[in-house]
Amino acid sequence: MPTIGNAQLKLLEKLCNACAVSGDEGEVRSIVMEEIKDHTDEVRLDAVGNVLATKKGSGKSPSTSLRTSQSHLRVMLTAHMDEVGFMLVADDGEGLFRFETVGGMDVRQLPGKAVVVGREHVPGVIGARPIHLTTAEERKQKISLDALRIDIGPGTTKVKPGDWATFATRFQRSGPSVLAKALDDRLGVATLIELIKHAPPEIDLLAAFTVQEEIGLRGSRVAAYTFNPDIGIALDSTPANDLPDWEGEENITYNTKLGLGPAIYVADGSTISDPRLVRWLAETGTASKIPYQFRQPGGGGTDAGAIHKTRGGIPSISVSVPHRYTHSAISIARIDDWKNTLSLLQAALANLSPDLLATERA
Amino acid sequence: MTEILPFLKELISAPGLSGYEDPAANIIADKWRPLVHEISRGTLGSLQGLRRGTGKEPRPSVMIATHMDAIGLMVTGITDGFLRITRVGGVDVRVLPGTPVNVYATGAGATVIGASRAATSTGEPNVRLPLPGVVAQPSAQLLPEDARDGPVALEHLFIDTGLLPQKVSELVRVGDLVSFAQPPAQLSGETLTGHSLDNRASVAALTVCLEELQARPHVWDVWAVATSQEEVGAIGAAGSAYQLRPTIAIVVDVTFAKGPGASDWSTSPLGKVPTIVIGPNIHPALHKSMKELADKLEIPYTLEYTPSHSGTDGWATQVAAEGIPTLVIGLPLRYMHTAVELVALKDIQRAGRLLAEFIAKLEPDFMDKIVWDK
Repeated sequence: MPTIGNAQLKLLEKLCNACAVSGDEGEVRSIVMEEIKDHTDEVRLDAVGNVLATKKGSGKSPSTSLRTSQSHLRVMLTAHMDEVGFMLVADDGEGLFRFETVGGMDVRQLPGKAVVVGREHVPGVIGARPIHLTTAEERKQKISLDALRIDIGPGTTKVKPGDWATFATRFQRSGPSVLAKALDDRLGVATLIELIKHAPPEIDLLAAFTVQEEIGLRGSRVAAYTFNPDIGIALDSTPANDLPDWEGEENITYNTKLGLGPAIYVADGSTISDPRLVRWLAETGTASKIPYQFRQPGGGGTDAGAIHKTRGGIPSISVSVPHRYTHSAISIARIDDWKNTLSLLQAALANLSPDLLATERA
Repeated sequence: MTEILPFLKELISAPGLSGYEDPAANIIADKWRPLVHEISRGTLGSLQGLRRGTGKEPRPSVMIATHMDAIGLMVTGITDGFLRITRVGGVDVRVLPGTPVNVYATGAGATVIGASRAATSTGEPNVRLPLPGVVAQPSAQLLPEDARDGPVALEHLFIDTGLLPQKVSELVRVGDLVSFAQPPAQLSGETLTGHSLDNRASVAALTVCLEELQARPHVWDVWAVATSQEEVGAIGAAGSAYQLRPTIAIVVDVTFAKGPGASDWSTSPLGKVPTIVIGPNIHPALHKSMKELADKLEIPYTLEYTPSHSGTDGWATQVAAEGIPTLVIGLPLRYMHTAVELVALKDIQRAGRLLAEFIAKLEPDFMDKIVWDK
C-alpha cells in the first residue's frame, strides 16, 4: 500500500509552490498530467479545463445499478486544482497594479505579503502605508482592498492587467507539519494522484482534477455530468479552527482539529452527505484502526455540492485533510492527517461493496 | 567598488532585533574589517569602525550612523502550543496576520535538539533552529465581537510553528525573539524587497562609502557606526555619540518613498535620489555644505522637511554630550515597517557616493569656517 513518504511530500511541495488561481489552473494541470499519464486507461482535458482520468476496474457490477450497461461501480473522486488569489485589474504606473481577489479571501490577510504574478512568477509585494503615517483612529479600521496595490517595481513590461497573482510562499516542513500556501486543495490533488497510481482493482475510478472550485464549484459540475458516476467523493482540505478561545472558554466551533485524522463530512453548507457513504467511511476507519473525525456540520462547501445535484442526483460525500489558516499566505497541516486520509480512502475503496447503494439510507 | 547586493541580501536575512543585534553586527563586522583600521562594539552593542584620516592629530572626526537593529516580535506566553506575542519597535498589527516568521527558540530543549541533530542522524527530523512559523489570526468565532471584522489586536494573535504543544514548551520560552522571515527578492527597476531594509539599506550605503574611501584620501577620522536600538529610541546612537565624541555626525536612515498610501509632502520618489534633511534636528551649516556639494557633483537629491523630530538617530546625536552638529540623509523606502519593505539600489549607491565625497572634502578647518548668523 502506498503511503506518504518523501516522494509524496516532494510532490506536495511542487504542487503547493505552483500557482493556479481559479481560471488559470495550467501550472498544476501540467504537474497532474505528468504524474498520472502512465497510470490511467484514459485521460482528457474537458471544455472548462478539468483533467478527467479513468482507471477501469475488474470487479463485479452492482446488482442494483440503474445503469445496467455498466459493468463496475463507478466512483468519481475529485480534487480541485485551483487556489484563491488575485487578478491584476489596472495599471497605475511605476510598477503598481490595482487588483481584485479571486475566491473568498479575508482582506486582513493581504498587507505586507510577497506575491508572484503570472506564469513567469514575476515577484512583487502587497505593501501597506507605513505605521508612522497612520493615525490611531485609522489603525482601528482594517486596511481596505482599494488602499492596496501589487508592486512589482518600476520599469517592466512583464506584467499587465489580466494577469493572475498569488502568494509567494515556499513550502516548508516543520516537525510533524507542513507550512505552505494552497494546501487547499493541493493536499486533495496529491491524494488523488496517489489513488490513481495505486487504484483499487474492483471499481472504475473516475478521477476529476477540477477547476474553479473556489469561485462556485464550477469545474466539478461539468465533470460529474460527463462521468455520470454512481458515487461522488470530493477530496478537499477544510479549516481547523482549533485555536484557543480569547476568553479561555472551550472552543466549540473548531470545525476540525489538526491531528485527529481525515475529516468526514456529514453535512456542510452545500451538501448533506449520503448517509450510507458516511457509514461506509466511518466503519472502514474504525475497522482498519485509522483515526478519523467528523467535520462539525455547518457552513462551507466542496465540489460535492455540485456533484450531488448533477443529472438525476449522485450520492456524494467529502473527505478533507484539516488545515489551519485557510485562504491565507501560509496554511499548516499535519503530515499524519494526510497519511491517514490516504489510508482511509484506500481501505474504503478496497472494501466498497457494489451493493452499498442498495442498503438502507439510515 | 564591489557589488553591494549580496551583502545587503545576507544582512536582511539575519534577525538582529533591537537589543539583540549580534547576528547583524557579525555580518557587518566581517564586511567592514578590511575597510577600517579598528573595529569595536559600543557598550550598548553598536558596531564602531574607525578609519583614520590623514590630518595631523588631534584630528576632527565624522561619525556616520546607520542603525542595524530591526523591528519584530517577542514571545510573551505559550497557550496550547501557540505563542503569544508583543512587538519590538513600531509594528502595525494590521500587517501581521499570515506573515511568515522565524522564532529564535532558546528554551531548555532548544539546545539539546540542536546538538543531537549534529551528533546523530536519527534525531528529531526537521526541527531546526530557528523555528519557522506564521502569525495566526484566529477565526472570527474565537475573537471578541469587535475583532471579527476589524483589525485583530496583538493580544489575540498567535504564532503557530506547526510543532506539537509539548515540543513547543520544550523549545520556546517567554522573551524569545521572533523576526520576520520574508526572504529578500529583487523586483523590477533594480529594487530590492525584504524585511529590515529599514535600516540595513543605509548600512549598505555606509559600506559603499567606506569602499569609495579606500581610494580617496580624507583628512578627518571616520567613525562608521552601525547603531543598536534605534527602533526603541535611538539608544545605541546616543551612547556611541557620547563615547566617540565625533566633531560632526551624519545619520543615514530610510525615509518614506512615494507609493501606495504615501503621497503627501513628507514623501520622496523612489529610485531617483537620496534626501538631504532640513529642520531643527539638522545643523544648518552642514545642510548647506552637503547641498552645495551635491549640486557641484550633480548628484541629484531632494530636500526632506522634518519640522520637528527627524525620527532617526540624529535626534540623539544632536544632543549627545555638549551637542554634536548633525546632518541626516534619507533613503526613500516603500512600506516601512512591513516584511516587504522596498528600496532602489541606485539610491543606496548614490547615498554612499555622496557620503564619501563629503568626507573627502572635509578640510581640517571646516568647523572654524562655520558662520551661524551673518
